[in-house]
Amino acid sequence: MKPLTRISSRTAVLALTDVDTDQIIPARYLTTTVRQGLGQHLFADWRYAADGSAKADFVLNQPDAEGAAALIVGRNFGCGSSREHAPWALLDYGFEVVISTEIADIFLNNSLKNGLIPVIVDEEIHRWLLDHPGVEISVDIDTLELVIPEHDPIPFNIDRFSRYCLLNGIDQLGFLLQHDAAIDEYEARTR
Amino acid sequence: MKTLFEKVWDRHVVVAETDDSPAILYIDLHLVHEVTSPQAFSLLRDHGLHVRRPEQTLATMDHSIPTTPVSSLADLVVVSDTPATRQLVQMDKNCSEFGIVLRGFSSPERGIVHIIGPELGATQPGMTIVCGDSHTSTHGAFGALAFGIGTTEVAHVLATQCLLQRRPQTFAVNLEGTLSRGVTAKDIVLSIIGQIGVGGGTGHAIEYRGSAITALSMEERMTICNMSIEAGAKAGMIAPDDTTYEYLAGRPHAPSGADWDQALAAWQRLPGDSEARFDKQVTLDVSKMKPMVTFGTNPGMVISIDEPVPTPAGNDAAFAKALAYMQLESGKPLAGTPVDIVFIGSCTNSRLSDLEVAAGLLRGRQIAANVRMLVVPGSQQVKADAEARGLDQVFKAAGAEWREPGCSMCIAMNGDVVPAGKLAVSTSNRNFEGRQGVGGRTILASPLTAAASALTGVVSDPRQFLD
Repeated sequence: MKPLTRISSRTAVLALTDVDTDQIIPARYLTTTVRQGLGQHLFADWRYAADGSAKADFVLNQPDAEGAAALIVGRNFGCGSSREHAPWALLDYGFEVVISTEIADIFLNNSLKNGLIPVIVDEEIHRWLLDHPGVEISVDIDTLELVIPEHDPIPFNIDRFSRYCLLNGIDQLGFLLQHDAAIDEYEARTR
Repeated sequence: MKTLFEKVWDRHVVVAETDDSPAILYIDLHLVHEVTSPQAFSLLRDHGLHVRRPEQTLATMDHSIPTTPVSSLADLVVVSDTPATRQLVQMDKNCSEFGIVLRGFSSPERGIVHIIGPELGATQPGMTIVCGDSHTSTHGAFGALAFGIGTTEVAHVLATQCLLQRRPQTFAVNLEGTLSRGVTAKDIVLSIIGQIGVGGGTGHAIEYRGSAITALSMEERMTICNMSIEAGAKAGMIAPDDTTYEYLAGRPHAPSGADWDQALAAWQRLPGDSEARFDKQVTLDVSKMKPMVTFGTNPGMVISIDEPVPTPAGNDAAFAKALAYMQLESGKPLAGTPVDIVFIGSCTNSRLSDLEVAAGLLRGRQIAANVRMLVVPGSQQVKADAEARGLDQVFKAAGAEWREPGCSMCIAMNGDVVPAGKLAVSTSNRNFEGRQGVGGRTILASPLTAAASALTGVVSDPRQFLD
């Protein structure tokens, strides 16, 4: 994974609450055996009509949302299935940041392991972001600050270990493998 | 003073958590299926790694497998060369290459991963159990700490038998009282989700406790723990007791002889200490619960069968979108809505007792002409047990389809789908938009309510069929 320090982008807004991973990537696309290429199916049933045409009223089909790498979403985003295909699809489409008041546990963990940055903000900031689609923002993973127009920099939190891995491009599997001796010792002790 | 969760967690810490790094947590049992593992095996291959503990890895095929009779994987490749089939073939290859025993296509031990773990006795109290599947919480019914993980984490467990984890908080859900007739474990868990909300358990490991839990069978307890993720919880657990030990005794992977005595002594120390504290608590009276049905597009949008569809508080875009999708109106009763499909199956409700309950209602009756009913046993073992009791004949005589085991119409990856616009009463766990097929509408309910709705052809209160 390449090191990540700062992401600057315009926002796109998907204001719905409790958006589940079946919406982010419907199960029929999970028959793939690779990680790549899922962006075309992101929000498939909200983006496309049955005949394959784009639904004009869906936010990602509107010209303003084109090129946005920050997605502002409602509470409890990413609930439901554990499929890592959800962050893979968001990243492959071009999103690098999701911002909400609450993000579901498994989705949040999966996101951090793939370099999709989950940013949790309070209700007031969230409301402002929902009301101002398309603003330029930046997310600094080093200083843990979200910069948005008309506001002082807003501190946010990312688990310290995940932040360290993101900043340094460290693969968590490599970190686990370094503890091989401790795992051997645990197995010997508990058998 | 420790809770059940804390005891299990503490016993599996390989390296303790600090501010700078999560705990390294040892995993006793890793369940693997075809959908969330291919990219994990590729990662191992790319790094030249092997599977650390193949004997602690239980692999099967469930999500993309057809539920129509096909004699072998080789035959399936011939008749249906689809991405789903190729995923099954890849699973077969991955397991052989990495030395994992696969309960594969033709195995009598094949089934939905959360059905076969307990059935084989591989799921045991005090274990840590993970799977690339959010319904892994099912196994918590045995006093195990069991949770769903992503594919990157599947690779972590395959390679190291460990995971990097921050400790969740604890949440006691106390359930007291006695269930009324016609009200089941599924109704309990749907009521809980309705009460605490689909994000109510986020960041927490739930422990279900109280007299109403103690009174349940293991299969009923599994139904409750199964849907912990639908409340957003990390895990759902129930302290082991004599019901647990009786269920496990004699199962193929359960300990036996002197090993059993030793294991039992350890299991009996697992229940939480009486003065252990939880970060959060809620107490519910199950005697007030009724058969529950969902009306919206997440499992928290749930009402009693005799209630009207609710009116949203304020301007709620997600609520309005859900009702529009479901073609339902606030203030109108849900009972009486015409049903197109009834699905009995999934890791929530496809065990023998679920099928017995449904068959009990259907015996000697016919399902309504407007209804297509699928009954999909959770495993080959459940199927064999049900057939030995003649349940397949009851279902078929009533006009239902009796299928091969798998996840089937719960996730609609295998060709079993609810067509656009059609309404399904389903014993599965998710009523998300399109979950059972693009445009398909899902009402989640118990096997009893599903069977009653199949008989009448409309969403129905099962209590009218009970003496």
